[in-house]
Amino acid sequence: MSGSLRTQVGQLAHRSILRTLRQPAQIVPSLVFPLFLLAVNAGGLKDATNLPGFPTDSYITFILAVPFIQGALFSVMNSGTDLARDIETGFLNRLALTPLRGAALLSGLLAGAFVLGVVQAIVYLSVGLLAGADLAAGVGGALVIVLLSVSITVAFGTIGLFAALRFGSGEAVQGLFPVFFVFLFLSAMALPLDLLTTDWFHTIASINPVTYLLQAFRSLLIEGWNVGDLALGFGIAAAIGTLGMLAASSALKTRLVRT
Amino acid sequence: MTETQRSGGIEVEALVREFKNGPRAVDGIDLEVAQGEIYGFLGPNGAGKSTTVLMLTTLLPPTAGTARVGGFDVVSEGPQVRATIGAALQEAALDPLLTGREHMRLQTAMHGLGKEERAARGGELLERVGLAYAADRKVGGYSGGMKRRLDLALALAHRPRILFLDEPTTGLDIQSRTALWEEVSRLAAEDGVTVFLTTQYLEEADALANRVGIIDHGHLVAEGTPAELKAEIGRPTVEAVPREEDDRERMTAVLGRFGEHAGSSPRGVAVRLDGGESQLAEVVRALDSEGIAIEHLQLHAPSLDDVFLAKTGRSLEGADEEEPDEVEAESAPA
Repeated sequence: MSGSLRTQVGQLAHRSILRTLRQPAQIVPSLVFPLFLLAVNAGGLKDATNLPGFPTDSYITFILAVPFIQGALFSVMNSGTDLARDIETGFLNRLALTPLRGAALLSGLLAGAFVLGVVQAIVYLSVGLLAGADLAAGVGGALVIVLLSVSITVAFGTIGLFAALRFGSGEAVQGLFPVFFVFLFLSAMALPLDLLTTDWFHTIASINPVTYLLQAFRSLLIEGWNVGDLALGFGIAAAIGTLGMLAASSALKTRLVRT
Repeated sequence: MTETQRSGGIEVEALVREFKNGPRAVDGIDLEVAQGEIYGFLGPNGAGKSTTVLMLTTLLPPTAGTARVGGFDVVSEGPQVRATIGAALQEAALDPLLTGREHMRLQTAMHGLGKEERAARGGELLERVGLAYAADRKVGGYSGGMKRRLDLALALAHRPRILFLDEPTTGLDIQSRTALWEEVSRLAAEDGVTVFLTTQYLEEADALANRVGIIDHGHLVAEGTPAELKAEIGRPTVEAVPREEDDRERMTAVLGRFGEHAGSSPRGVAVRLDGGESQLAEVVRALDSEGIAIEHLQLHAPSLDDVFLAKTGRSLEGADEEEPDEVEAESAPA
């Protein structure tokens, strides 16, 4: 990375992190809402552990994977809304008048998502463990959970950037939020894939990447170390991030029409 | 290469910008701005001022024509143009969550200034625009005038030779406006910075600009120094109000001997004096000899609004139109 690119990434990342930390309205809902749903699900669905073949007798251990994905969904909205606001206010034009490089802009903007991802992962995991969840993979597993959570948060953040650059409006970005929640509900969120007996639901959940992201977390929480599940989880996060970055880079070229 | 190009001015030839399903926002304008000159680009909302600025600052490709800024072509040498110019565009594009100092740090870093120079330059510019006291406050709490001054400081971060200011004082109170005028004048006079300033305020163009271009419906309808433009339409207007309402018709006839009628107040009569202001005494004598008592008599020197009226048939006040939305339309040139 050249010096100027490094400086640009660093400065834009610094701004993104400051913006994130200075907007409690971005941080608080992304922490409270998933934890609230965790409490509701853990209380209401605990009898699911009695189903034959359920992988653990602790439902909170099973459902603890969900807040990490819900938190990452907030990253779509937060990173996208921030960029959309820059477009709407003309701040992007200000940056466009500098020797700004597209890669620096996108990478810098994801820094806020990275920090939020770290905070979210630590909070969700800590609350889950305090509430009685197991962590079969131990301390090392906790670190991998944080790493996986951050990877997914950043990957989803690229989708927010793409939406902001493509549509140029915060409202359009926020409109994506319920769409992404549908993906979560159509996954093996509440039950393991094997126990989803409704054919159409099983089919959709089995091709829904969110199912395998959840499974990567669950493997660490319930089983210990399952390299296959982890590789699939990190691989899907990397694929989403790569595709999101490519799409965002393409949209940036259209958005930044400077000569 | 012309003298203007070499010296860091602006040269525009037959510049056009068309938007999809819309009119030509800019329709073949030609203009030249010399180094160190303050050029006032005057026109109502929607006349094409901002579209022109976006093209000259490389943020919007022209549909046709050429423009060279600081000697560089805006289409083929965009990065060189951007390195040469500073710009404060129509809205003060600031991040309400960052402080003034953080804005300066970001802007100077993006322009590639070294780490130590960044802090020094940022502090110097904040001091210069009178914001040092608020440097560590979030911009969300700044007043409109403070935001505009910060915007100007940011535009100057990399010591540009040419400065574009798009309606820099719109919405500001008179003190903030005057402070900004002083700073812009100083930049041109002391630092030799070329300033391209769009405005819809006549007094701003009159007070600041060495030369003024008047744009309407995308066309440059007049250009010259404020004095030249006023002299071109030249004649002052005299307006008289008769003491007796019944004398208004006779007064109209008497004043009609001195020039063509112009717009007046409901009770008054106004004419543009063919012979200039020296005819005023003659007008008074003529009215007196006809026995018409005068309640009120006023001589109006020509203003830029008169110039605008003469060139477009409309007063600048209330001549606003909706300009095509560049952001929406920029990716879809016609």
